[in-house]
Formats: sequence, C-alpha cells, structure tokens
Amino acid sequence: MKKRKTYPPNLIIGVIITSVMILMILVGFFYTPYDPTKMDSSVKLAAPSLEHIMGCDNFGRDIFSRVLKGMGNTFLIAFATIVIGAASGVLIGAFTGYFGGWLDEIVMRINDVVFAFPSILLALVFVSIFGTGNKYNVVWALGIAFIPSFARIVRGEFIKYRDMDYVKSAKLAGVPTLRIIFVHILPNTATVLTSSIMIGFNNAVLAEAGMSYLGIGVQPPDASLGSMLSEAQSYLFSAPGYAIFPGLMIILLVLGFSLVADGLK
Amino acid sequence: MTQRGHKLTKGLFVSMLLTLTIALGGCAGDKAEQGSTQIATTPATESGSESSETSENNTEVSSQTPETTGDVASQITIGIPQDLNSLDPNLAEGSGTQEILFNIYEGLYKPDSNGNLLPAVASGYTMSEDGLVYTFTLRDGIKFHDGNPVTVADVKYSIEKCAGMNGGEPIISAFKNIESVETPDDSTIVVTLKEASSIFVAICATIEAAIVPAGVEDLEANPIGTGPYKFVSRSLQENVVLERFDDYWGEPAHIKDITLKVIADADSIVMNLEGGAVDMIARVSTAQAAELSDKFEILEGTMNLVQAVYLNNTKAPFDNELVRKALCYATNKQEIMDFVSEGKGTPVGSSMFPAFGKYYMEELNNTYPTDIEKAKELLTEAGYSDGFTFTMKVPSNYQQHVDTAQVLVEQYKQIGVTANIELIEWETWLSDVYQGRDFEATVVGVDASTLTAGAMLSRFRSDSHNNFINYSNAEYDAAYNNALAAEAVMDDDGATNYYKECETILTNTAANVYIQDMCELVAISKKYAGYEFYPLYIQDFSKLYLAE
Repeated sequence: MKKRKTYPPNLIIGVIITSVMILMILVGFFYTPYDPTKMDSSVKLAAPSLEHIMGCDNFGRDIFSRVLKGMGNTFLIAFATIVIGAASGVLIGAFTGYFGGWLDEIVMRINDVVFAFPSILLALVFVSIFGTGNKYNVVWALGIAFIPSFARIVRGEFIKYRDMDYVKSAKLAGVPTLRIIFVHILPNTATVLTSSIMIGFNNAVLAEAGMSYLGIGVQPPDASLGSMLSEAQSYLFSAPGYAIFPGLMIILLVLGFSLVADGLK
Repeated sequence: MTQRGHKLTKGLFVSMLLTLTIALGGCAGDKAEQGSTQIATTPATESGSESSETSENNTEVSSQTPETTGDVASQITIGIPQDLNSLDPNLAEGSGTQEILFNIYEGLYKPDSNGNLLPAVASGYTMSEDGLVYTFTLRDGIKFHDGNPVTVADVKYSIEKCAGMNGGEPIISAFKNIESVETPDDSTIVVTLKEASSIFVAICATIEAAIVPAGVEDLEANPIGTGPYKFVSRSLQENVVLERFDDYWGEPAHIKDITLKVIADADSIVMNLEGGAVDMIARVSTAQAAELSDKFEILEGTMNLVQAVYLNNTKAPFDNELVRKALCYATNKQEIMDFVSEGKGTPVGSSMFPAFGKYYMEELNNTYPTDIEKAKELLTEAGYSDGFTFTMKVPSNYQQHVDTAQVLVEQYKQIGVTANIELIEWETWLSDVYQGRDFEATVVGVDASTLTAGAMLSRFRSDSHNNFINYSNAEYDAAYNNALAAEAVMDDDGATNYYKECETILTNTAANVYIQDMCELVAISKKYAGYEFYPLYIQDFSKLYLAE
C-alpha cells in the first residue's frame, strides 16, 4: 500500500473557497433574497444591514442578490469561454502537433498572429464586430481569443508524444489515426491541460469582469461582477460596499481556482 | 460619417491583421510613432520653450510658464461626454458638439443667456415693410481668428453656402427661403427672402449659420470663426484645446486656456473631478453631485431638451399607435425622476420644453397618466396580450439616459413587455440610430438650436432629413405647413397656434414616450465662477472667470 497521501494546504484552502463560491453560484441560479432588478427608492444606497446584508445600489436594488446573479453570469461566461477555447484549442493543437508539416506551419503562423494581440484586446475587437446586444457575443469573443494559448500548449505536448514508441506500435498495429490522437495521446496531456484550463478560467473571469467594466459585456439591468464594479465607481464614497463586495467576489473566485491549480501541480 | 461603427471596426481589424502579418517586427516602431504624434498635437507647445513634455502633464503646463500677454495665467479643464464629431459648424451634428462650437463660431446674431438675440458679426439690421428684405450692417473692425478682418464677402459666402446657393445641398433648410444675398458696399449685406419669415434672424443665430472666411476649405482641420475662443489643437477621442481670442469684438473671455477633455465613461466622472483631472463638468447626475466634496459647487438649471423614449415609428410593434400609447401609460415619469435625479426635472408631454415659453404646452404633460391596467388593455387590443420584447439602444456616455433606461425596463416589466438595453458608444449612436435609423427605441434627449418652434418640430415632418423616428402623419405635415405659412405673413399668433396643433398631434399619436426636461447639474471647482445657464443647449465658456 502507498503511504496515505497528504494534500498541500494550498489545495485544501483552494477547494474550500471554490466550493463556497460554486455553492453561492448554484444557489444564485435558483434563489436570490430579492429580485436582482427590483428597484426600491426607499433603500437607495443603503448601508449593509440585516435586510440587505451587502446594502443596496443607487436604484435600491439588493447588492447581495445582484452579486449572486452577477457571479452566475460571470461564471457562466468564463466557463463557456473555456469550453470554446479549450475544445477548439485542443483540436487545432492535436492535429497540427500530430501531423506537422505545412498544415502545422500555416495554422501555427496564423495562431502566432492572433497570439500577438493581448487576448482582451482581441475580444474587444470581436465584440465590436458581433455587436454588444447579446451577452453570448462576449462568450464567442472571449472564446476565440482564448484558442491560441490552448492550441500552443496541446501542440507542444503532441509533438513530444507523437514519435514515442507506443504511438509507433499503435500505428503499426493499424489503429485508426483519430483513435491514436484522442485515445492514445490526448489522455497524456491531461496534467498540463488541467492546469492551463484552471489558469485560463481565471483569465476568463478577469476578462469578463474587464469587458463588463468597460460596458461591453453583460448589459444593464442584468448584472455581472464587472458591470457592478463599473456602476459602483460613482458611489465609492457614499456606498463603498457597492464596489467592495463584487470586487471581493472576483478576488475569491480567482484566488480559489488559482490555489486549486497550484495545489494540483 | 455613416461608415463609423461596426463597419469601421471590421475594416480596422482586417487592416490591423494584415499589417501585423506582413511586418510583425515593425510593431514596436509603429507604437512609438503613434505616441509621439499624440504628444505633438496636445498643447505642450504654448510654453514657449521647445516642448519635451510627456503627455500626462501637458495640460498643466500653462501654470508654470510665464505668459507672453502679461495676463494672469488662467486655465480650466472641462470634461465633455464625447469627442466633437466635427469642428466644421456645417457638419457638426449632435448638440454636444454644437454647444462647444458656440465658443468658436458666431453667426450674424447670437443668443444670450436670457434667450434674446444679440448682434454678433452684424452690428444691427433693418427689415423692409413687407418683411422680405433684411439689411445687415457688418460690425466694424471684427476679425477672424487668423487675424484677417471679416468682410461682407465672407458673410455672403457663408450665407450662400448654408443656403446651398453655391451648388450643393442647403445646410439649413430654412435658408432655402433666401432669394439673394447682395453686398452693395463694404459694410452692408442685403438678404432678400422669397417669403417673409418671422424667424429668419433667429436662424441666423444658430451655429450652422456661422460666418466663416470666404472660400475656406478645411474647417475640420483648421476651424476659423469669430467667437471668443479660438481652436488650438485636438487629439481625437482625447481632448480639444482652445485659447482666448484676444482680438474678440466683444467683451473678451476671462480664462485664457481651455482644455476640453473627453470623458466617455460616465462612471469615472466623480473620479476625474475629485482627482483634479477636470475642473468642471456641465452635466453630472444627482448621485454624482452628492459624491463630490465641497471643493466643488453644484449649480442647478435645466438641460433644455426633451428626454424621451424615441420610438422608430416604422418598426413593428411601434408602427402600431396602440402599442406606443401603452408604453406611454406604463411610463411613470415621476418615478424615473425620483430614481435618477432625486425627483428633479420637469415633465414634458410633447416635443417642447418650458424654456420655449409660449410654445410650451404644460397641459399635454398629463395626457398619459401612469395606468398599468389601461396599458395592458391597449396591448391586448393591439394583439400583444402576451407583451413583446424590444431593444433600447442607449448611448453609454450619458449616465442619466442609461439610468432612465434601467428604470424603464422595470416599469415595462409590469405590463409584460421585455425591454433590453444595448449600450452603444456615442459615435455608433449617431451613425446607426440617428443617421442610419436602425433601432427600435432609444433613450436620449433632443434639444433645439434656436428658440423657434421649428427647431423642435420640423424634424417630425414626414420628409424631414433628420426625422430619425420615421414619424409620418399627414395632419402633422399640414399643420406644420400652415404654421410656416402664418410665419410668412408675420402672423405670430396664428403660427403659434399651428405649432401647438403639431405638438398636440405628436402627443395624441404617442409619437414618442415623452419623459422630461432634465435638470442640469453643473459641477464646477470653486476656483472658478461665472457659469451661466442658457435656455438652449449651449456652454458659454467666455463668462467663466477665476474666483479669488
């Protein structure tokens, strides 16, 4: 028997934070103490109290409810971004890495060009092309912007594995190419892929917050953590909680995933 | 201009990609070059020494350098919500641009803060008995910003250009009425009209009718007018720098240097003011005003505009009058004011605001009292018993409109109508909504360039070029034409009645969901004083001075 495994403290703290966050997000999908868009002029910019534990915004909307809703939006967008980015990235990386040659050259040079732009800038350009009307446009924009980094990582792994003996013997045994790529090689990239997905997820959370902060992500009156931060700017002095709580949630969300990613290494 | 927005971005993106693919290595060099051109166009040159300032402190330069004129160095930085869309008075669109150009250009006459018309480039005029011939006298010794004297030829050129008499489209439709412009001697301009008009001089006082040098080509890059401030430099989407014109014919401005800083992000207004990046912003929200420390004075006036949900009258379901009325009944103006501006603001019921005096019809304000049941009935009658979904495009740089839209979303929810908000940039609003008319609904304020009724009402004629809501009503067109006819025979009362008929038609057909004339809160640092409100959408910087 192996020695009982001890988990690094980073992982434990990370898992706790992330679990709490995900629990809040899940609750937020089904229940919020108040309607997140319901306005009430009697509690405009109210300080945190028992009724409104995070206080209220300039329309008298409950900030805690909006934070729950906003976390959900932010999480969904970041999650979908990573699904698009990682799935396309893995496909591109796997094929170019496995086959190499001119296909690899062309695709990777295009990849380089896209990679040369900061991903948030690229996403901004895509959003301007798609329009800001729909929050799913942000998903596509961020997703596309995230493809190159995944493609690179996966390609690197495939180049490493494609000439290994077990791959050669599989080829000789007549295993179909697609099966070699996805069943024989891909699982070996899991470790690298997992941590880059974790890091990518963090970047996506920050990117979504950034885009909504700039007013081109989630459109009002719907909330996201970034758009709440943006709206809160005008009320930093009279209602500091309005900015602090969404900001805190972004920090915790990112911190939790970072610690988990770090602990898994 | 219509190429702005998505198309431009698309083109830009493609060309960016191309440039990058061709010469990846050149990237760093390009960036450095861009940076340096920006610095060159900012005002660092005024210091007399060869400028080597960095871009971040060049707005402060004047305070540390000796003045050549011997005046006290005076400078103010004013935040504006969008970049000027043109420096050419004939091309300026959007009141945010025109209110600034008011300081650079002047017409034969100009409005004052009481709504009266003052002689500007002209020193006076006489009108013939039949009202057809206006004889203007050119002001003695008046100069353009480039130092050249204004001549009657310049005036003739400017008027003819606006009237489309030199070929080209007339820029001011009311100037189509001009038969001829004569200059019998060096100080007299005789304008003959086809039909008499009681509003001709008022039109001559608009920014579009500015007097510019004859034959001038590129006002966009090199604006030359006769106003109290002259143009110095401009950095796109960043700032516009003005300097006092010392040869101004009238009382010269007090402050020497003005930097207009573009603050497109309404959320950062408080930060900009408190941090000292700007000294004054003309339109802050009540919430923002409440945030400001006592370094700032908050002045209260009215914005002189009609804030409304402007509905595209040809887009379903807003082509149905019942639906538009339903929205009117569902809108609670007072609640909007309570949420957005602490209850401040004046409700309006048609396209006319109180500063217009005799044309304003207060009685229209209550045509559609808030009545959710009535609204639902109307929707059912229109065949939308389950409600519908529409999108309001709102310019993101105007916090008040964004906030109003958010309250509206909640109000329309009560009648089962889902309103989505799409925040767009001001330039996109101009090209897509105002010019392209590609929208369902939008929340903005529409203002007037003169205190003539036509300034508010002419746009709703079915064939008007700026009828961005595509309003089409034969009765309205007839009433408007009757008003013009009455003006032509100098029947002011008759014209007023016809204009009121126009307003009533707009209200009764629920052309738009009228909300309010918003309260204007001017936040200005206590270092400055002298701000004056105008009954029009105008910012007069020449009245500002340093408070001691």
